[in-house]
Parts: sequence; C-alpha cells; structure tokens
Amino acid sequence: MKNNKLIRLAGYMILALSLAPSAGAEQRPYITLASTTSTENSGLFEHLLPAFSTDHGIDVRVVAVGTGAALELGRRCDVDVLLVHAKAAEEQFVAEGYGSWRRDVMYNDFLIVGPRTDPAGVGRIGSATAALGAIAEHKAAFLSRGDDSGTHKKEQALWRAAGIDPGHESGTWYREAGSGMGATLNTASAMAAYTLADRGTWLSFTNRGPLTELLAGDPALFNQYGLVPVNPLHCPGVKHELVSVFGDWLLSERGQTLIGSYRLNGEPLFHPNP
Amino acid sequence: MQDLSVALSTAVALIFDWDSDLREIVTLSLQVSLTAVFIAALIGLPVGAAVGLLHFRGRRLVIAAMNALMGLPPVVVGLLVYLLVSNSGPLGELQLLFSPAAMVIAQCVLVTPIIAALTRQTVEDLNEEYAEYLRSLGAKPLQRVVTLLWDGRFSLLTAVLAGFGRAIAEVGAVIIVGGNINHVTRVMTTSITLETSKGNLSLALALGLILICLSLLANLAVIGVRDVAQRRYG
Repeated sequence: MKNNKLIRLAGYMILALSLAPSAGAEQRPYITLASTTSTENSGLFEHLLPAFSTDHGIDVRVVAVGTGAALELGRRCDVDVLLVHAKAAEEQFVAEGYGSWRRDVMYNDFLIVGPRTDPAGVGRIGSATAALGAIAEHKAAFLSRGDDSGTHKKEQALWRAAGIDPGHESGTWYREAGSGMGATLNTASAMAAYTLADRGTWLSFTNRGPLTELLAGDPALFNQYGLVPVNPLHCPGVKHELVSVFGDWLLSERGQTLIGSYRLNGEPLFHPNP
Repeated sequence: MQDLSVALSTAVALIFDWDSDLREIVTLSLQVSLTAVFIAALIGLPVGAAVGLLHFRGRRLVIAAMNALMGLPPVVVGLLVYLLVSNSGPLGELQLLFSPAAMVIAQCVLVTPIIAALTRQTVEDLNEEYAEYLRSLGAKPLQRVVTLLWDGRFSLLTAVLAGFGRAIAEVGAVIIVGGNINHVTRVMTTSITLETSKGNLSLALALGLILICLSLLANLAVIGVRDVAQRRYG
C-alpha cells in the first residue's frame, strides 16, 4: 500500500533519532559514585571531577541521594563508592562487610538558618542544643529534612542531646519535609521556618527569601564527609580497581587542594582533611 | 510575577544560546521518551485493539485494569523497575541501572496502558460502525484488528500523543532508575528538579517552558504529518 509511506517514514525517523547517538557514544571507563544532595547541590563535583577525568581517563557518574539512600544503593551493589556524611552509619556499613574501608575526605559545618525576625532568639545563642531548646519552647516553626539523610541524622542527634523528642510535635511547629536539602530550604524559605542546613548547600542556595544564617561555630555542628568503597567481597561486580585510583587521587595532595580551592563568593565550601 | 518574567527571558536566552549541555538534555529527553512511546505503541495498539474487538472471559476486568493502570504513579513504576534492574535484582546482570535503557523501560511501563486503554475505546467504537460490514466479508479476528487499527489511525495518533505527553513530562520514574547523572541520564524533568533544589527557581521554570515548547513542537509535527497524509490519501 502506498498511503502508509509517510507514516512509515515518520516511524523510521523516530527510530533513527533514538538509536543514532547510543551507537556513536564512546565508552570510557567509569565508576558510579553515590553521594548526597548537599554535595551535588553545592556544585563541588563540577569543580572536582573533570580534573580527575583528565588526570586518569576515568569518568565518575554521580547519583545524588540522601545518605540513607546512598548506603542502601551500596548494600544492593548498585554503585561502586560512596561519599557521604554520617560517620557512625558509614562505620557500621564497613563493619557489616558492605564497605571495604572508610576515610575522612573533607569537612565543613552545619548551621541553623531561620527567619530574620528570629522569634526564638537563636541568633543570640551560641550552642546548637540550647538553640533547639529555645525553638521548642517558643513552638517556632522548624522544618526537618525527615529523609534519613546525613543532615537529618545530625539533627536527630542534636534533639537527643537537647533532651527533646520533637516527634510528638510533628505536624504542629515541628514539620518533616521528607526532601533533599535544597527542596527543604525552598520550603523553609516559603514558611519562614528554622532548619538545619549544611554550609555547602546554604552558600550555593539562591532562593533564601526571609532566611538568614543564625547560628554557626558550635563544635557540635561539625560535618565530616567520608569516602567508602563498596566491598568487592560483598559485590563481586564492583569496579574496585578504578575506585582505588579515585580514592588515592581524592586523598592525594592534588585532590585535597582542589577541594579546598572550591569557593563560592569567596567563601570556601569544604575543607580538605589534613 | 517578576519571577515569571525572569524565567521567560532566561528561557529565551537559553534557547538562543543553545549550549551543549542544554542540547544534550533535550536530545536525551526526546530519545528516551520517543523510544519508550514507540515501543509502547507497538505493544499497546494491538493489545488495545484485541481487547476492544474480541470477546473473552474476564474482558471487563481487563478493561478496568487497563483504565486503572493509566493512573500508575511514576514513582511506583520507577521503584518497580529499579528493583528489577538493580544489581541485586533479577535483571541485574544486564547492567541497565542508571542508563537511558532503564529510563526507556520505566516510561514504557507508564505509557503502554495509556495507549492500550485509549486504543481499546477507539477500536470498540469503530467496530460498532463496521461490525456488519466486516462480518459480511468474513474477516478473521486478526484481519479485523488490523483493518480497524488502520481505519482509526488518525484518532489513534491522539492516543500515542497522550502517551508521549505522559513520558516527556514525568520525573518520578526516570530520576530513580536513571539517577539524574550529568551527561549520562540527565533529562529535562530531572534538570528542573535539580535546579529547583538549588533554589534556581527561574532557571528551573525556564527549563519548564522549554519542555512545554518541545511538547508543543512534537504535537505540531504529528498534526502536520497527519494533515498531509489526510489530504493526499484521504
């Protein structure tokens, strides 16, 4: 039949369009890195990873999820290496045989951000636990990540240290966003709520609205990032040789210097570990 | 309103710039969604037509199921496909996770019920018109399916376009099985999610406007093909 030529042609065009680039794409060796939304949102990887690819000809594919989800991806052998920030959970991950080892890579700090009006007076307090106590006392809106991420784990530890269980207040002044750092900041900005943020995301976040930095510098707000390769004994398919090249590079002077040199508006976002 | 005008001018600037990053995510979005819709049509059109024409036990149940599956939540489909293609899942050996192929599978699962359900309705309506005629010709079931699919081709295009609309616009499934990896599995919708989470709201909205333009262009192209075909071949 002659009259289906056009439709057939359209079909071929779609097929050609869908197949063409995958055939031409070169396959460079790559590893898959599970990391946190905070590092992805900060823009660090775009600064760091091209240099590694140039040095070693290995691409790093970054999947950005919360620390809890990243650990689960590792347990299921879906990624080769993790760069996350929940030291206790990482050490447990290694102890259970899912990870080969864990090294400190870089650190920065968390800060409590909130509305400029600061109804709970957090800006006049130096201690994070005391600040959370003031927020609870004033029943001022506090937005939790609520997603089992590294930041969420830190926030829960701070509430425990303050002797407060905000879970009972969930839905009133204590609100759980269940989202990544950026999405949580967007929500906090819209409802003028306090929240705990990592410095990397905060400095690169542009939709601050009424939010401002209220409390930082408490040693309890230290934020350590660790590198954990997925254990080849648990996941035989893992690219552990490429991962060790990556790990060595990241912990080398070159990798560490690059981490320290990433700045936004003149401020460093991450500090290399000595 | 200021945000919207900033977004609009950002969108225009992005389109005129047309840099390699934007080209990459636009191309990948189209590749993934068009491939998914193509495969979904190959499955959904004949299945929908068969269900529309044939009488069998449990037909009502199948129709209800097809209609219900049109409302599959993308994030659930993403999760199911993730569990399938995860390295510890049944299809783990194929190494599909975090690849465009996994995104095609997920969108295919989302789109096939839409195409099948809409095809079923179209073909069933057509069959009411043509049933006598086809019976007088002594057409076999397969011939009836093919004849009615061909006869309803212009209405069925709308079913396929509905499927394309669903595929190109969803983010829940592709972000789970694709991982939103830069230069590998980042598409329009996952970029919009990422830019939103960075607080770059006007850039996110600008990308959204470009996505709508893409969808509009795809629809105009299909309407154009249909009009030309209709005029030439009636």
